[in-house]
Amino acid sequence: METKEYTHIGEKLWHTKLDNGLHIYVDVKPEFSKSFAFFATNYGGMDMRFQLNGAWHDTPAGVAHFLEHKMFDTKDGNALQDLAANGASPNAFTSTDITGYYFESTEKFEENLKILLSFVSVPYFTPESVAKEQGIIGQEIRMVEDDPQNQVFYGMLEALYAHNPVRVSIAGTVESIAKITADTLYDCHAAFYNPGNMTLCVCGNVDPEQVREIALEVLPKEGITDIPRDYGEPESEGAFRPETVQSMAVSTPIFQLGWKADPAPKGEEHMRRQFLGELACEAVFGTSTPLYARLYSQGLVNQSFSYGYEAYPQCAMLTVGGESRDPRAVRQAIADEVARIRREGLDPTLFGRIKKGVYGAKVRALNSFENICIGLAQSHFAGEEFFRFPAVFENIGKADVEDVIRRWMTPERTGLSIVLPKEEQA
Amino acid sequence: MTQVTHRELLPGVRLTAVQTNKFKSNLLSVTLLAPLDAKTASANALLPYVLRRGTREHPDMESLSAALDELYGGSIEPAVRKKGEAQGIGFVGSFLDDAYALDDAHILEQAASLMGEVLLRPVTEDGGFKKEYVEGERSNLVDRIQAQINEKRSYSLLRLTQEMCAGEPYGVDRLGDEKSAAAITAEGLWERYQALLAHAPVELYYCGSADADRVAAALTAALDGLPRAGELEEPDHSVQDNATQDQPRLVTESLDVTQGKLALGFRTGGACVWEEDYPALLVFNALYGGTPTSKLFLNVREKLSLCYFASSMLEKFKGVMLVSSGIEFGNYEKARDEILAQLDNCRTGAFEDWELEGARRAVVSALRATMDAQGRLEDYWLGQAVAGLEESPQDLVDRVEAVTREQVTAVAGKMELDTIYFLKGKED
Repeated sequence: METKEYTHIGEKLWHTKLDNGLHIYVDVKPEFSKSFAFFATNYGGMDMRFQLNGAWHDTPAGVAHFLEHKMFDTKDGNALQDLAANGASPNAFTSTDITGYYFESTEKFEENLKILLSFVSVPYFTPESVAKEQGIIGQEIRMVEDDPQNQVFYGMLEALYAHNPVRVSIAGTVESIAKITADTLYDCHAAFYNPGNMTLCVCGNVDPEQVREIALEVLPKEGITDIPRDYGEPESEGAFRPETVQSMAVSTPIFQLGWKADPAPKGEEHMRRQFLGELACEAVFGTSTPLYARLYSQGLVNQSFSYGYEAYPQCAMLTVGGESRDPRAVRQAIADEVARIRREGLDPTLFGRIKKGVYGAKVRALNSFENICIGLAQSHFAGEEFFRFPAVFENIGKADVEDVIRRWMTPERTGLSIVLPKEEQA
Repeated sequence: MTQVTHRELLPGVRLTAVQTNKFKSNLLSVTLLAPLDAKTASANALLPYVLRRGTREHPDMESLSAALDELYGGSIEPAVRKKGEAQGIGFVGSFLDDAYALDDAHILEQAASLMGEVLLRPVTEDGGFKKEYVEGERSNLVDRIQAQINEKRSYSLLRLTQEMCAGEPYGVDRLGDEKSAAAITAEGLWERYQALLAHAPVELYYCGSADADRVAAALTAALDGLPRAGELEEPDHSVQDNATQDQPRLVTESLDVTQGKLALGFRTGGACVWEEDYPALLVFNALYGGTPTSKLFLNVREKLSLCYFASSMLEKFKGVMLVSSGIEFGNYEKARDEILAQLDNCRTGAFEDWELEGARRAVVSALRATMDAQGRLEDYWLGQAVAGLEESPQDLVDRVEAVTREQVTAVAGKMELDTIYFLKGKED
């Protein structure tokens, strides 16, 4: 067990690794009345093909998300209700590469933590409960398919990637989830929900020793640390295709523009790439750039404009999206700005202040226990030390950001997704 | 540890300052209050967006963003909120606490000054707003109003509210309507701006490590030049106790969607934030549809698999409860009947003790968590200021702890179904 202080950002982190392979991180915050616990597995929508006990398993799209729904069922009832009955707000999410279960509570923390660790580590599925969930998730998939924001994002992934499973919808389709059986769920649980593939991150008014004791008491004694996964052949550098277009019930066209970045290695370089990507976005079309001001005043983008960098196994990307009456003009304007930066370099004053701005925003984000816990878990799986970000950030120079803009933001790496209003809506 | 101070800085300019060391940032907000009115709602909603475009000192978004970046990535965001029948318009800002700056910055004073500048010193041309900014933001506002249809769950609640409260100020959306938004001129907006500066009550809010005196000094300096010439115009609140007609009204709409949305609007029989039975109303709402252990979640969603979501929510300033659910088109009657049957169970006391306690714990927990989240706390205190109340979240917790089963069934008995809104697919 170890405690580490990060004085610059006023954080103190307690860490231990149990014999079963589970890493526990606790950020003690005595001045708060709430506590937040996040129990996560390094398993998400894209982990569809994996090796367990020497054999390769191929699973249908949507299992990780399906499993997340089903984990709340216990032999005696439903863990969601047990937690809620204690006044805790429990929830869970499945992303491309992580499944996380969490609760926030202001009382009965220890009892709630026991419930959390127990329902996530003890599977209980029946053919009947799986069939019923197929109905509920079928509804959720319909809802997601009606959501233009979701559709435009997948449109971009389908433009950028030829086969990397990042392009497959996390929830799957009504057809793919129909293939899920109780056995599929038990296999995936055995592979990914073992303590060696998981981490527990806690933030709040708690005693770290007690967290460790509860984990020792509730969780299995053994774990597997390495579950090989297969994401297919490495992708080519360029986008799979330049554009995808769909029509939906929206009032103005929405777009998502992406650039295929180089896949990020694990370790501190993973974090460095994250900052490089974020600073590249800020420097080219961020809200304090001349380009953004121009696009905004021309009415080509509005307040719904957002951007970022995302990295998953074997893929990483820069993205920007929002509403625009002419998404192709936005793409062209950004390409022109990238060409200009390529010739002239970044303005040093602009670079200095966006760096200051991004730093402040990152420190402010530490107000949220949810951000801290999810950040700790993601960093753990990526082999980074989450609270070391000020030092990593400090060392990034203007030339580093110019370099990734030059290499990643090329026309060949660009994919544009557009959702147009259906004619009857226009 | 946490100290809450209320004071009046200028006539009709009130400050709520929460001093605490819990956070890494300072939250600062300024809100002008106006009566919610179809004639002015869109212009009011447009105003903070136009002001945010540029000031005399920072005449465009680029230079404003640059100034914010220099304040360690601080933010000043336009905020347009509906609190019952009051419209709150202004800005919410978040700034790094001085303790975490990499130099000896006094961020609070600079942030307050920048916010005052945005509110009071817009860039002007010919004695009014810059036309380009008004036109650009007007078109964004129209887009935003049109885009409300994109998210079907919130759209169904918006439509339900419009239909149910058609003759009341509450039926007006916080953004107003598309037609009046499109008709706003630079001149008209300037007049609205002057009227608000002269007559609107101003609510200031701060949460962070600074003491109330430092905050008051920073904000008083920042608001120097606020023309408080006229009479204050305090927004009113009317609560309609009962349904507006004998039989609930059904409104049906068709759009190109694959999942239906069923929304039900109830009058709470007068129960609202000012009344004695408000804590009971909170517990009842949690029991009925506010949590994952609620009647609606457990029965309509889990037991009968009738929908993907089903929940209820309160408008505490208006005495309205809305139920929202996503269903298959064909399940309309089944879902509606089940939603109403579960309300009957709350009325007749057909709920277990653990359900009641779970509901109470959820309400208590949410209130306690409010004290730990800067944004939620700001919204809570703004609501209290609008309502003319000073009860803290902790005091409300104490009242919620004392709610009895009888009080819950009594308040449940006051609910009256007023309007049903059903959004279904296009038949082809």
